This record gives sequence, structure tokens and C-alpha cells, in this order.
Amino acid sequence: MGRKLLLEHINVPGINTFQVYREKGGYRAVEKALKTMSTDDVVEEVKKSGLRGRGGAGFPTGMKWSFLAKPDGVPRYLVCNADESEPGTFKDRYLMTHIPHALIEGMIVASYALGANTSYIYVRGEMMPQVRILEKAIAEAKQAGFLGKNILGSGFDLELYVQPGGGAYICGEETALLESLEGKRGNPRIKPPFPAIAGLYGCPTVVNNVESIAAVVPVINEGGEEYAKIGIGRSTGTKLISASGNLRKPGVYEIELGISVEDFIYSDEYCGGIANGKKLKAVVAGGSSVPILPANLILNLANGEKRLMSYESLSEGGFATGTMLGSGGFIAFDEDQCIVRNTWNFARFYAHESCGQCSPCREGTGWMEKVLHRLELGQGKSSDMDLLVSVSKQIEGNTICPLGDAAAWPVASAIRHFRDEFEWHVSNPQLAVKQNYGLAHYADPLPPVVAAEA
Amino acid sequence: MLRVEDTTAVEFPAALISKCQEIIGRYPEGRQKSALLPILHEVQAVFGWLSSNAMDQVAEMLNIKAIEVYEVATFYTMYFLQPKGKYVLEVCRTGPCCLVGAEKIMDYIGEKLGVKEGEVTPDGLFSYRGVECLAACGYAPVLQIGPEYTFYENLTPESVDKLIAELKGKM
Ligand SMILES: Cc1cc2nc3c(=O)[nH]c(=O)nc-3n(C[C@H](O)[C@H](O)[C@H](O)COP(=O)(O)O)c2cc1C
Ligand code: SF4
Ligand code: FES
Repeated sequence: MGRKLLLEHINVPGINTFQVYREKGGYRAVEKALKTMSTDDVVEEVKKSGLRGRGGAGFPTGMKWSFLAKPDGVPRYLVCNADESEPGTFKDRYLMTHIPHALIEGMIVASYALGANTSYIYVRGEMMPQVRILEKAIAEAKQAGFLGKNILGSGFDLELYVQPGGGAYICGEETALLESLEGKRGNPRIKPPFPAIAGLYGCPTVVNNVESIAAVVPVINEGGEEYAKIGIGRSTGTKLISASGNLRKPGVYEIELGISVEDFIYSDEYCGGIANGKKLKAVVAGGSSVPILPANLILNLANGEKRLMSYESLSEGGFATGTMLGSGGFIAFDEDQCIVRNTWNFARFYAHESCGQCSPCREGTGWMEKVLHRLELGQGKSSDMDLLVSVSKQIEGNTICPLGDAAAWPVASAIRHFRDEFEWHVSNPQLAVKQNYGLAHYADPLPPVVAAEA
Repeated sequence: MLRVEDTTAVEFPAALISKCQEIIGRYPEGRQKSALLPILHEVQAVFGWLSSNAMDQVAEMLNIKAIEVYEVATFYTMYFLQPKGKYVLEVCRTGPCCLVGAEKIMDYIGEKLGVKEGEVTPDGLFSYRGVECLAACGYAPVLQIGPEYTFYENLTPESVDKLIAELKGKM
């Protein structure tokens, strides 16, 4: 059994209440930080832990904190990103529902480290039940003296508020989130300036994902060095993986980074294999924005070694044969799934969610959606695949925020790895609307790598 | 689409006004506009949708221009600018849910209610629509119903029948 740092007590009845959470050792990290550590000590500990942002980009959390500007007399803010809208990702909802105090405790420690006296948790509006859960947890923590003025006699004051969003994927992008929190449309800002210099209300701000903030608790309790011993290489600690699609046991799993993808999919400790005795066809490993890989490439690297659940191993091979850990939204496709249909579905998602500020993203996502839809309906042309690749290239890297890239990669990677399936849709239009292409060779062992001639 | 011709008179109940005041208190001096999204949720929970008159009152309360409210209300998907059925069944239609049958469930709901996506049943009780990923993909297919956004997971035709019967019973 892998170590559990975030979900260790998830099955304890009443762990969602302050009392039980506290009995299980909760709020020790607040006591330790506020009573025995300076703010710099806390930042240093997080740096040592090697913790990387769990929201998608994987940027080292301690380093992000150390970039925060600290001009005199200007308030600083910590904003928690609980917008969780990346298709395939549902770990933050799980954490907030079942063990809300883990996030509140992390918010207190992180706010202390950053010198923030007012902090916000921006929760996507559809998670109204979680808004209520967090509000209740905040009231309990305040009652117990862990929030408010002069917390534990340390002289540190903190007010914590929950902000519901209005339903818009783009508000997960940190600058769009800040705009939204200021009561505006969620249009991403042009960077620089980065939020660390000018964020909420123009003040220095750190935006962190729910899981990143909750992970600060074990980092402080165990110490950064101990935390860094878990995991593999620069992928330290544990990670929550949201597993969905055609798996026997979908759900949220806490893994030690570095277990093999094969173990994660097939072992009984985790997903228990593919549902209904089917075969695995493909996986999107890190939320809808990351490249899709056929079964053989997600299970093994191009050189035949096993692929691991880590930032490095999942991205091994770059865009040619790799993908990304992203938000940990692990979506499994069985042999009956149609890659063209799913690619169209994702393209529609991005076209719907583009904020419309940049022409390449606004126009390009809509265009890709249309072309993919006609392919799916058996009305595609053999030139459509090249057209899609060319549109995706024109979006990629030419936009204000990374949503453009996020829309381009799934399409480009689907065509790269499943081109024969797209071509089949063009050459067999009647069949394509009735049935699926099936597994083809996607689950075959990788051909041995031929040694390059010197 | 924003209904600017709307003339429905709206009066905010005292409880709503005091809730709005509490929300405004969460932000620093002069940053009351931050309260806009949460307040729109509160107003919608009371009236079922956002009429232009209701939005104008929100603008007044926050001391901002009405257009600043319309701008926001039209950007986000959760605000209704038209009256809707009492229960809006919002079914996730994004990839991971479709892998395990979300499209079939949505068709089933349409058949069962006898209306098309977005239309309201003649008794004014139900409408349904597809929405994007609800962060519940592991428990798919899923739907949510406002204003508290209660979740219904692992949907089957039987569980949909049961849910609709229950909601009808609640009238
Ligand atoms: C289109 C888009 C959507 C995003 N959605 C989320 C989200 O729902 N939750 C999240 O934590 N980060 C999301 N991010 C990443 C954030 O911009 C930001 O990097 C993250 O909140 C930083 O937190 P971390 O360093 O703790 O990961 C998104 C980014 C983009 C470009
Ligand atoms: S890339 Fe797309 S979502 Fe991002 S700012 Fe531009 S138009 Fe908006
Ligand atoms: S795809 Fe339906 S909840 Fe995520």
C-alpha cells in the first residue's frame, strides 16, 4: 500500500467535522508553523519538499511563493483555485467534500507564510454544496480560534472567504480567476505583470490549486526533506488522481508519484483494470488538455521501458510519443470508443469555453469543432486531417492564455496517433456513423526500437 | 439573450438584502464589485432567473453601472436570463461522461419529459440542458439541479424515472 498523506483518514466517520479532524491530528501544522516557525521557515520547508503545483502546470510551489513581491503597506493575497473544470478532473471536489479542513488548514499555513491577512477560496459555482461545506468548516475553525484575530496568540490575523464562480472553464486560468473574483467577466490578463507582482486588486497575489494548498499540511508536519523522500526524482510526494472512463473502479486515488501506469490501471489497489472485460485502447492522462496516447504508448515508453505516473515519465518522448501529468485527470478509453467522436467532443468543449479575446483561439476552436463534427458524421474529406493540424498549429503559442494550446494539443495528438481511424471515417462514411473502428493495433506491443546508425 | 424589454417588478425580500450586505462585507473598502457573482446567485435562487430589473437593482446596490452587471450575467453559463422550468436538469455532456453513456441518458431524459433541450414542460416544472464537465467524471453519468446544485450520480433510466417522480411529488 502506498503512503497516504491527504486521504489517510478519509474513511473515518465524521472526518468532515472540526472535532474529528482535530482528534486525528488536524491543525498540528498550524500550531507548528505559527508557534515555532518564521514565515521564511515555512517557505523554505515547502521549497525543500519539492512540492509542485497540482493544478496542471506543475510549477514548484515554494519557488512561486518566494517570488511574491512584498512592498511596504500593500496587502498581499492568497487565492485558492477551486474552479476545477478541466474535463476528467474531480479530485478537488472530492477533497473539499470529504475532508474540507485539510484545505482550511493548508490555507492558514500558506496565508501565514505569504503574509496574507485576507484569503479567498474561489470555488466553481456549480459546487454550491462544497461552498456550504467550506463555509461550515471555516465557521468551526474560527470558533476554535484557528481563524480571525491573533490566531493562537501568534499575532497573525486571517479572514478566509469562499467565493462561488458563475460557470466558466476559463476562470480556472489564474488571471481570469482574479478578474472574476473582482466581479468581472473571466477574461485572462496579458502577462506580465504576473500575479506575484500585481494580482488581486493590483496587489501581490499567489494563486494555488486546492491540492497544492492541502499538501502544505503534510509538508509542514513531516518536514520538507521527509516529504521529498516520497515519490521519484523531481516528482515528489503523493498526487491525487481522478480516474474516469471505462475503468472497473473509477474514482479518486492518492498515489505515490512513480508507480507504473500499468499498476495504476490494472492493480486492485487502484482502478482494477478495464470495465466489462474489455481492452484498453487509449488514455488521456492529465485532463482533457493533454495529448491522448494509444494503449501501447501510455503503458510503455518508446524504448519499451514501463511508463510511470510522474511528471517526467509521462512527458518522456515530448509531443511525439509522450503526454503530461497535468491535473491528474486520468481518462481511460476501451476498445469500443471512437477517438474521432471524443476529439470532436473535446473540441466543442474548448470552442464553448474560449473567452473570445484572441482571434486564433476564438475562430480556431470553432473551426476545429466544425471540421471534426463533419468527420464524425461521415461527411469529412481526406484533406481534413491536414487542415486540422494546420489550424491547431496556428492557435498554438499565438494566444494570451494557454487555453489555445489546451485546445490544440488534443486534436493534434489524436491525429498523430490515430490517423488511420480518422481516415477510415472518411473512406467508410456509412460504417463510421454506425460502428467504431475498434482497437486496431493500438494495444499491440511497441515495435522494438531500431538502433540509430552511428 | 438579455431581455431588456422586461417589465416584471421585483422586490428584494429583506433576507436577500441582508445576505447581500453580508457578502459585500467580505471585500476591502471600495471593492464591493467583487460581490457581484455571489449576489447574482442569491438573486437567482430567490427569483429563479435574472430579469433586467433585478440586475438593475443589483447594480444600484453595488454602486456600479447596469452594463457591468449585464456583462457578467451574459458571460457565465449559470445565470438564467429567461424564466426556466422549476427544475433545470443539467446533464454533463463532456467526453469522460460520454464514455459511459451520458448521451443516451440525455436522450432518455428528453423522451421522458417530452421536450427538446432548453424547452420547458407544459406544467412549467422541468427543462433540461447539456452542460460541460461538472467535476464528477468518476461517477458518470451525472446531472445537477439548482439552486443548491444537488448532484445525481451514476444515472440509469431507472434512477432518472425515480428522480423525476420524486420532484413531481415535491410540488
Ligand atoms: C484554461 C485553463 C484552465 C485552468 N483551470 C484550472 C483549474 O480548474 N484549477 C486549477 O487549480 N488550475 C487551473 N489552471 C491552472 C492555473 O492557471 C494555475 O496555474 C494554477 O491554479 C496554479 O496553482 P498550482 O501552482 O498550485 O498548480 C488552468 C489553466 C488554464 C490555462
Ligand atoms: S487563448 Fe482563448 S481563452 Fe485564452 S484569452 Fe485567448 S481567447 Fe481567451
Ligand atoms: S465529464 Fe462529466 S463530470 Fe466530468
